[in-house]
Amino acid sequence: MSASDRPVSMTDEKPGISGFVLARLAYFTVPFLMILAFVPIGNVSVWATLTLAGLAMGLMIFMMASGLTLVFGLMDVLNFGHGAMISVGAFAGVSALLALTPLYLSSSVELNLLALLLAALVAMAAAGVLGFVFERTLIRPVYGNHLKQILITMGGLIVIEQLIVVVWGPNEIPIPRPESLKGAFVFGDIVMEKYRLLAVAVGLALFAMLRVLLTQTRIGLLVRAGVENREMVEALGYRVSLLFIGVFVVASALAGLGGIMWGLYDEVITAQMGMSVMILVFITIIIGGLGSIEGCFLAALLIGLTNNYVAFLSPKLALGSGIILMVLVLMWRPQGLLQR
Amino acid sequence: MLTKILSGDRPGKPLLSLIIIGIVLCLAFAPFLFPGTRALDTAARICIIIALVASYDLLLGYTGIVSFAHTMFFGLGAYGVAIASSNMGAGWDAIGLGALCGVGLAMALAFVIALASLRVRAIFFAMITLAVASVFGILVSQLYTLTGGEDGLSYKVPKILTPAFKLADFRILDVRLDGKLLAYYLVFVGAVLLFLVLLRVVNSPFGRVLQAIRENDFRAEALGYKTVFYRTIATCISAAVAALAGVLFAIWLRYTGPDTVLSLDLMINILVMLVIGGMGTMWGAVLGATIFVLAQNYLREVMGAASHLTANIPFVTDLLHPDRWLFWLGLLFIISVYTFPTGIVGRFRGTEE
Repeated sequence: MSASDRPVSMTDEKPGISGFVLARLAYFTVPFLMILAFVPIGNVSVWATLTLAGLAMGLMIFMMASGLTLVFGLMDVLNFGHGAMISVGAFAGVSALLALTPLYLSSSVELNLLALLLAALVAMAAAGVLGFVFERTLIRPVYGNHLKQILITMGGLIVIEQLIVVVWGPNEIPIPRPESLKGAFVFGDIVMEKYRLLAVAVGLALFAMLRVLLTQTRIGLLVRAGVENREMVEALGYRVSLLFIGVFVVASALAGLGGIMWGLYDEVITAQMGMSVMILVFITIIIGGLGSIEGCFLAALLIGLTNNYVAFLSPKLALGSGIILMVLVLMWRPQGLLQR
Repeated sequence: MLTKILSGDRPGKPLLSLIIIGIVLCLAFAPFLFPGTRALDTAARICIIIALVASYDLLLGYTGIVSFAHTMFFGLGAYGVAIASSNMGAGWDAIGLGALCGVGLAMALAFVIALASLRVRAIFFAMITLAVASVFGILVSQLYTLTGGEDGLSYKVPKILTPAFKLADFRILDVRLDGKLLAYYLVFVGAVLLFLVLLRVVNSPFGRVLQAIRENDFRAEALGYKTVFYRTIATCISAAVAALAGVLFAIWLRYTGPDTVLSLDLMINILVMLVIGGMGTMWGAVLGATIFVLAQNYLREVMGAASHLTANIPFVTDLLHPDRWLFWLGLLFIISVYTFPTGIVGRFRGTEE
């Protein structure tokens, strides 16, 4: 299905105040969830701790999911191999960290952050290059055929996962966080883990950058226009295929960044991590509405928060919380939170 | 007569027919042709996997639905038997009740998933089933008291199906006539019946509608077929057959655990088998499953030998390590999607897309 035959809302509502609120209802889900969770938790400091943890998790999910949703929106490709980019990013990043061990394990904050920054760049570069190869060799011949896309990218995922095992060995790699990011700040009863604060900072910065890139620049304009109507952009003389490859590489690089961040969060990386995170990523982009970056952001926050609140209230339910959330959202909005 | 049994859907070309007949004969006389427990186990697995892959073909090949929840239904059937047998003791009543519950639950779940998500686009369905299946897998490992968690369940089946049961004192072709032989033929006949039922389904008017939906669901809808209805029924039938295959598997293995019946790897394997064998034809399932299970069991040994031979070349020897066989199958999978999208069967029949 190309962008042009997406359902378009035909209702021309007059935007009164209630109309304004209704149209933006999806944006209120995150604060609503926060307030709602406060009732059963009932303790300010516990609630604040959980909320921060949820936001950090959500923002890491956002890093991994944002690229996928952009690729789907613009290119109408559902890349099941996205998980492979996440794994490759994590492994490449961790390799970089191991090479930078003196920097990484020193007790100086600046050196730690420098090591992390370098590792993140390596992760993004590796995943980006892989994304480039992936798009050229695998996906390019199957544009417009969803069934084949799913099959091919699934095959790519298998092959890359096995290649990771060949290159880095079959064992999981434990990766401790650097000294200065271990532990937490404590304000009264509120515990803020340092690493989670970093994840929040990186995630918010990424979202802000993507927003600016998409809304303020010419490239962003073309990308958004391409999402809306590819044929029109092509007719205007722009080379959409060039745009595609660029977006795909950026998407893969973001997955790599998410991979290294997530790996450090879990403090262990395995070749299968991409596949298991993919499920979370899929739930995110379904809830957000395929192709919508803001929707993806909201959905990732919702999932992260729900996961942490539920894990506190009823640990057994936590593993299924994402899917319960997905069912609820799809019953309310079958196209996802912000899909037109 | 034969045409009627096969619902008029013969394999087609002579060579293909010969291969299929060969596979069927080998499976039918496996205990006598290939002595040894390992060979018999491989044959039984092939029978069950053929039925499982064929049921997936009904979805993917005939209706064009990509589902990642198929092992969930397989697992439901297996766990039905496993849970009933470990709680009620060995007996046909336990197997019957377990199978009934497992299949019933599988169909109900398939119905709910289908109703909830088949209205949306194909890509949604793929993702939703993936999520549901993963949650189901987590659920199974969490409900330790019921399912045995990660350890799975070991249980007994009726004595008549175990090696302890003697059918006769004499031997045929040096094969002991014991309960294991009976169990094998139960699996074989069960798998053949399931396969024939699927063949009947896809060659019925109902099956033709499914193919019409696969080709162009918009046009099928315009012709007056309720596509959601047809897709839902196809999903339910496919789930029921998968669950029955799971029942056979549970009876054969006398063990059911998340790794053997529920893992995502198994799901991917099913996909690979079907694509390599040939989507959209039940015979593709036969070929794909046979090749894959044989590769899984025997290719590793070949690779192990090759790995030893190339021990001096660092990267290559790792690539040829027996545990990396999935890498080669993954490559084969990608190549087959590109170069022969209709699979081996399609190649034989000379049909292009």
